[in-house]
Amino acid sequence: MDSNLIWVLIGCALIGAGASIVGTFSYLRKEALVGDAIAHALLPGVALAFLLTEEKKLYVLFPGAIIAGLVSMWSIQMIKKYSKIKSDTAIALVLSVFFAAGVVLLTHIQQGDFGNQSGLDAFLFGKAASMLPRDIYLFVSVDLIIVGLVALFYPYLKLYAFDQEFAESSGLPIRLLRFGLSVLTVLAIASGIQAVGVVLMAALIITPAATARFLSARMHHMLAIAVVIGVLSAIIGVYISYLTPSMPTGPWIVVVLSFFALSTFAFAPKKGIVHRHFRRIAHQRKIMDENVVKHLYHMSGSEKGIGLGVLSAERQWGGKQLEGAIKRLVSGGLIFTNQGHVGLTDDGQREGARIVRLHRLWELYLSERMNIAEDHVHQDAEAIEHIITPELEQALLKELDYPEMDPHSSEIPGVKEMKSYES
Amino acid sequence: MTAIEVHNLTASYDRHPVLWDVDFEIPTGKLVGIIGPNGSGKTTLLKSIMGILPIDSGFVKLFDKPLDDVRNRVSYVPQRQSVDWDFPATAMDVVQMGRYKKGKLFGRLSKLDRDIARDALKRVGMLEYKNRQISELSGGQQQRVFIARSLAQQAEIYLMDEPFVGIDAASEAAIVALLKEMRDEGKTVVLVHHDLHTALEFFDWVVMLNTRLVASGPLVETLTEANLRQTYGGKLNLLTQIAHLVKSQEFPVREKEMRD
Ligand SMILES: Nc1ncnc2c1ncn2[C@@H]1O[C@H](COP(=O)(O)OP(=O)(O)O)[C@@H](O)[C@H]1O
Ligand SMILES: [Mg+2]
Repeated sequence: MDSNLIWVLIGCALIGAGASIVGTFSYLRKEALVGDAIAHALLPGVALAFLLTEEKKLYVLFPGAIIAGLVSMWSIQMIKKYSKIKSDTAIALVLSVFFAAGVVLLTHIQQGDFGNQSGLDAFLFGKAASMLPRDIYLFVSVDLIIVGLVALFYPYLKLYAFDQEFAESSGLPIRLLRFGLSVLTVLAIASGIQAVGVVLMAALIITPAATARFLSARMHHMLAIAVVIGVLSAIIGVYISYLTPSMPTGPWIVVVLSFFALSTFAFAPKKGIVHRHFRRIAHQRKIMDENVVKHLYHMSGSEKGIGLGVLSAERQWGGKQLEGAIKRLVSGGLIFTNQGHVGLTDDGQREGARIVRLHRLWELYLSERMNIAEDHVHQDAEAIEHIITPELEQALLKELDYPEMDPHSSEIPGVKEMKSYES
Repeated sequence: MTAIEVHNLTASYDRHPVLWDVDFEIPTGKLVGIIGPNGSGKTTLLKSIMGILPIDSGFVKLFDKPLDDVRNRVSYVPQRQSVDWDFPATAMDVVQMGRYKKGKLFGRLSKLDRDIARDALKRVGMLEYKNRQISELSGGQQQRVFIARSLAQQAEIYLMDEPFVGIDAASEAAIVALLKEMRDEGKTVVLVHHDLHTALEFFDWVVMLNTRLVASGPLVETLTEANLRQTYGGKLNLLTQIAHLVKSQEFPVREKEMRD
């Protein structure tokens, strides 16, 4: 690996880290669009800085970008304040006007008679390879400012992100916090204009945060995960674009970011689509198995068991569905099969009694405590009987004082034994 | 002593006045209901008292002083729906936010702060949920977390916006009991409340509001049939018309040019 690549990778990692931190706040404050507007609005600043200095070193163009970013934020605020234009419209307006101005200036520069204008259009989609080792100082400074200020004021910023009104009522300096966060956002975005480009920089702000939200329960976890995702995406994206030199960097970073995001949305524990799918299947199976046991319990046939056909006719269960349930129940030791007949084992008998008990307890609870008519409680209990945990069962028994009969005057199995056990 | 004095307060959104010349006082140590229909300006009144919303004219004094002098003695519970409960935080995280006051070393919490937050959570009966994600709490539990955050501020005046909206009966009973306890400790507890169907008897004092002040005073004398009709009954036609006029003409509400 040549040494220049290493510098470029480090530089992009620093850009990704800063962007992910400020992005977490933008995301939580639901200001994702503001980042996009600022990023696009930096272009005229870059172009003007070039026109003034005829230099395209990052440390020359960076101040121009910062100024354009601050002016764009201020414009959004002013439009919201002095006109009846709503926030999203104001943002879209500023984004398009500034970006258009930037493109006009850029075209002018490219057609004009400037010695070294070539490569300025890299600011649209990013070209990390043009980064110089010296630029690292700039990225380090930006990250130090972001990390330092966020660490120092973290509690205030967290409260501000969650509940601005309460923060204000506690006497926190809201305007200062808002202004500070805006400046940090502009800094983070401006640091990425060369490597990532103005068009796609917003993705590096928002995507790490949106992905991290799926994987975290508390804000500092979210920040940490967002930084990891932002840094990894920047490094991998830059590396890929380095292997294919004619490709701009920004799109590759976004491709990698999206890969992380989509895999997280799919595979995240608990909230991910895949996990939710399997959980639903597991629930369906549990309900099916418990229903089979319950029916066998109600039908409690001869020693030999009950014919499979009789059982499947009972609830119009499909052959395959029933087969699967029987296989699972046999291996769980709840039922036995014998020449096309099935019956409950002793464990199965107890399980059947438990399900019927939960069903009847819930019916009783509904009709006694919630005043629901007796002929309406059955449907509800059909579903709830599969959900009630042992703790809830105990609570129900206590609440209803160990009832032995349900609202339809059927015996609630097992309660008598549990009562004597309790006392 | 007077806990809250609202003097000739006028407030508006986008030049559309929603509170006109509201003027009342609330004594200390009372459980106070601010009642009025939806859109009558109750939330606006609380925000004006807490300095979250700039006011057009008039002033508010708390314990005879301006808000900034007594900020540590007042606590605000915003409407539950005003925040996104999908925020990545636990119940304890939220309650600890009650301790991030200005002047503290950048909001860093001491052992004492943590104990206070813990006690507050315990007082609303939510200690066992302290590590639960706030998005996984029921509406009533979220409301109790909000009240705990306010308790953690250890104030003397509490202003709560609609704490009974969308919560279960158990949470409501727990909250009512807690509010009475706080009152008995000498705190001034002010609740915004729009629902006339739930009990109002537990208030000592009511402020009846419908854009303008209808009445304010001790419960029995104030909550009369006539006042209720004025608060909840028919539209205030003339006032509404003038408000529209002010808005459409961009007319100042007061002679002195108002805020932007
Ligand atoms: N941010 C806002 N911008 C414009 N109008 C608002 C805003 N908030 C409230 N209003 C209007 O002000 C009036 C009073 O609102 P509010 O104080 O929330 O009433 P309440 O809390 O009694 O329901 C309503 O007519 C409402 O539509
Ligand atoms: Mg309200």
